[in-house]
Amino acid sequence: MTYHPNEVARRARAARTVVALVIAALGLGFFRAQVLRSTEYAMQVDGQRLREVPLVAPRGIIYDRNGEIIAENLPGYTVSLLSPSADSLNAALDALSKVIPIDETQRNLVMRRFERARNRPAVIFNDASFDVVSALEERRVQFPSLIIENSPKRYYPDGEAIAAIIGYTSEISEEELRLPKFDSTYKAGQHIGKSGLEREYESRLRGIEGSRFVEVDARGRVVRDQGVRADIAPQPPAAIRSTLDLDLQRFIHETYGDSLRGAVVALDPETGGVLALYSGPTFDANRFTGGIPAGYFKQLLEDPARPLYNKAIQGRYEPASTWKLATSIIGMEQGLVEINTHMQVPCTGGYQFGSRRFKCWKPEGHGNVNLAQAIANSCDVYFYQLGLKIGLTNLVAGGLRLGFGERTGIDLPYEERSSFPDSNVTAYYNSKYGARGWTNAVVLNLSIGQGENAQTVINMARFYTALATDGAAAPPHLIETAVERKQLFSLKPEQLAALRSAMADVVSGRGTAGSAALQGIVVAGKTGTAQNPPNPDHAWFVGFAPYEKPQIVVAVFLEYGLHGYAAARIATKVMERYLNVSLVNASASTAAQ
Amino acid sequence: MNSRVSRTTGIDYPLIVVTLLLSAFGVAMVYSSGQTDVPAARLATLWQKQLVWLTLALVVAWVVSKASVRLIEWSAWPFYALAVSLLTVTLLFGSGAGTAESMKGWLTIGGTRLGQPSELAKVAVVLMLAKVLTGMRNTPRSLLDLWQPLLVVAVPWLLIMAQPDLGTGLVFVGICFVMLFWFGVPWPLLVMLASPGISLVLAFSTGVWGAWFLILLALVFWYRPYLVEGVILVVVNVVTGVVAPLIWDRMPAYSQRRLLVFLDPSYDPRNAGYQVMQSQYAIGSGGITGKGFTLGTQKRLGFLPEHETDFIFAVVGEELGFIGVSVALALFLALFFRCTRVAQRGSEAFGGLVAIGLAAGWFVHVVVNVGMTLNLMPITGIPLPFFSYGGSFLLMCWLSVAILLRISAEGRGQADGLGL
Repeated sequence: MTYHPNEVARRARAARTVVALVIAALGLGFFRAQVLRSTEYAMQVDGQRLREVPLVAPRGIIYDRNGEIIAENLPGYTVSLLSPSADSLNAALDALSKVIPIDETQRNLVMRRFERARNRPAVIFNDASFDVVSALEERRVQFPSLIIENSPKRYYPDGEAIAAIIGYTSEISEEELRLPKFDSTYKAGQHIGKSGLEREYESRLRGIEGSRFVEVDARGRVVRDQGVRADIAPQPPAAIRSTLDLDLQRFIHETYGDSLRGAVVALDPETGGVLALYSGPTFDANRFTGGIPAGYFKQLLEDPARPLYNKAIQGRYEPASTWKLATSIIGMEQGLVEINTHMQVPCTGGYQFGSRRFKCWKPEGHGNVNLAQAIANSCDVYFYQLGLKIGLTNLVAGGLRLGFGERTGIDLPYEERSSFPDSNVTAYYNSKYGARGWTNAVVLNLSIGQGENAQTVINMARFYTALATDGAAAPPHLIETAVERKQLFSLKPEQLAALRSAMADVVSGRGTAGSAALQGIVVAGKTGTAQNPPNPDHAWFVGFAPYEKPQIVVAVFLEYGLHGYAAARIATKVMERYLNVSLVNASASTAAQ
Repeated sequence: MNSRVSRTTGIDYPLIVVTLLLSAFGVAMVYSSGQTDVPAARLATLWQKQLVWLTLALVVAWVVSKASVRLIEWSAWPFYALAVSLLTVTLLFGSGAGTAESMKGWLTIGGTRLGQPSELAKVAVVLMLAKVLTGMRNTPRSLLDLWQPLLVVAVPWLLIMAQPDLGTGLVFVGICFVMLFWFGVPWPLLVMLASPGISLVLAFSTGVWGAWFLILLALVFWYRPYLVEGVILVVVNVVTGVVAPLIWDRMPAYSQRRLLVFLDPSYDPRNAGYQVMQSQYAIGSGGITGKGFTLGTQKRLGFLPEHETDFIFAVVGEELGFIGVSVALALFLALFFRCTRVAQRGSEAFGGLVAIGLAAGWFVHVVVNVGMTLNLMPITGIPLPFFSYGGSFLLMCWLSVAILLRISAEGRGQADGLGL
């Protein structure tokens, strides 16, 4: 045994070296974790201790063409619960229901929302009243996991007037979340545009959601809900500007809203910008925000006038005599007729074709009229003969060229395509009536805007923008955008002027809509009365004003409106309002700037 | 030899200062452990209990420090006998706690946990081993010469492994090797002694184990132990390195898990993985300066498990950052250096062996516990000296300090006597 101190000192040195090396190794381990990889670990820690509470971004404001607000946001409150598990959410709801009544349906909805996005607060009240919020705030301490958040609520100052265009916003559904257009930035519980402009311009109207952070413990219970980490403010999107004239829209609603059953569409003939688009009877778009009350929805669904059916872009109706301008243009383009051309057979209240007699709307007949008079007085017999001259194939081809078989492409969802025969006419009629089930007589019906021809009101308005200008039309649109006008037909300027002159006669003592004439403004247009057996006839008027330099095209369609002039009276009032009030104000404000 | 030990009183001030600082640091961390955002009434008052235990420990330490080394040496036998019998009783009637809920480490009477006899056994084994070693006439030349000291360690070690408490078992192994080393047992003998364990660890790869086995063979031929010894050594190594893994591989997975859980009750991949992960998050997120005393979020929000006992060092890391960790590690380093000084003065006599043995026990505790918080060591659930909450452990730590102080004081005298 060596007691030699040197030997012991050597062992002590060895021991100290090992100790120092091991402790240094541990220190190095801590250096790596706490200095080199600290941020990474800090992120992990924050990930498990922080829960993100979404801060709802206000949706974009929509202005009309004069800067008036169509859609804005009001302050609102969302009440939700942040829970680690379904059990604890249930327990929290039990406790909460002692303060605020929560029924079974509501409860199930909350549970479903929780299941869809477990790490986000489950919404209990989307739009809590101030009373609810203050009642809950008072008992804040009892409910640590309760989240009360400002959430801007969509509001339309003229909710009833703009119902046909604005649409509504509501919570995104499970099905929608699975669609590719709703990418990963869309989360359960968020509100999206469900129809109308809100839907069409969702990507531009939607803001960027912000975040607030609350701290939870290892079991997911909220421990601290203030000052845990700086909020990320929600970002509202830039406002967008509509071509709509809110004053005009309001005028239509206020003047005709209680009785109008049909549609009014007003377009800027040069740009195709929609000045007004109204479908009656209307409803209150504001009541749709955040979910339609069941009772209100049922009432709207059961209304025989079908307020939820957009009669301006979805309803398709025989255009009747308003389509006679199309027949005229096709005839003129083919050189078959000029403004003063007479037909072989004068109108005696009907026209014999084969074994069948086709009636004119005027039993006593119009006599021997030229095209101008035939337009002014809407002589059916004249157009029967013109149709026969053009021929079925050419008439259909011409109609298709004028856009009667298309959608206008307006920036609203759910627009219906106007229905019109195919270019392969024989095949079309064969498939419709059977190979021997139809005769050339279909051309007679077609030439006066009846038969296999059903147009949306917006499409008729678009067609008339070409008549009001130089034969070209732009796609109608509600949000300002660069548009390309498409040439629908090419007439010589004097031919077009002659047609317009005939249309001006319609709204005069010489025409079918004399009673709708305005003082000081010459209106040009065409009435239409669509037979609708066994129900009363539908009434149409499409026209523009002022005749000399058209600035507004208006199409009015009245379900069971009986006579075209009824529609014409509304149309000319709309024109007058626009030309006298809106335009004057607009030019005044432009001048002021 | 060392002027920092007072000439008149023989008090080793550096040792006292370091251990007092460690204890103060420890109580502060136990206090912080009670500051949580999740309701934990038990934890909130823990620091007061720990303070009471510390006071008691200091009193005991003061009394024990009055006993001479000779008396301590004399008490080794009864002390050892007491420890072994308590371990036997514990094995029969004990209960679990902490990360090792399912093992029997606590002596419980009428539902009150009196303490962990294994803590007592550590000190007892150190004393007994030192006594047995100093009684040996010659430096051991063969493994057979080591049967006495090995038996001293083996008895309590087996009782503890039967609890089963792998971590504390590891501490005994550490104490045993360090004391044999200090005693002057030749290193080839130590390597041979350790070889079955090394074989078991290296068995995961045939190549690595093969290399190790060749080295071992070379060592055996060079050192030339008795033939029987050499053959047994080779056979044991083959068994642990080749046969054991083969048997292991053929066992169904659930049996493997059962065996692992038996060997180490805290073995629960999901739970253990979670604890270590949370511990690493806590330490890493502490960064350089930490989140501030009592402000650790991992601890406050209940993510960090066992943060008052086994994972208390993670709280140091989270709240005081790399700076706090460095201070704590530096204090431990100072403690170990001081201990080797004391051991050096005690030479190879009883006192020196005891000093190095006690230091070795602490060292294994520190390395395994601190290493565990960073996932550098397996989770074995052994506490951190002076830090982890626990009465009997703190008491034994200070008992060790008292013995060290006494050895330091007397070693000083001896050295003076020898004219060194």
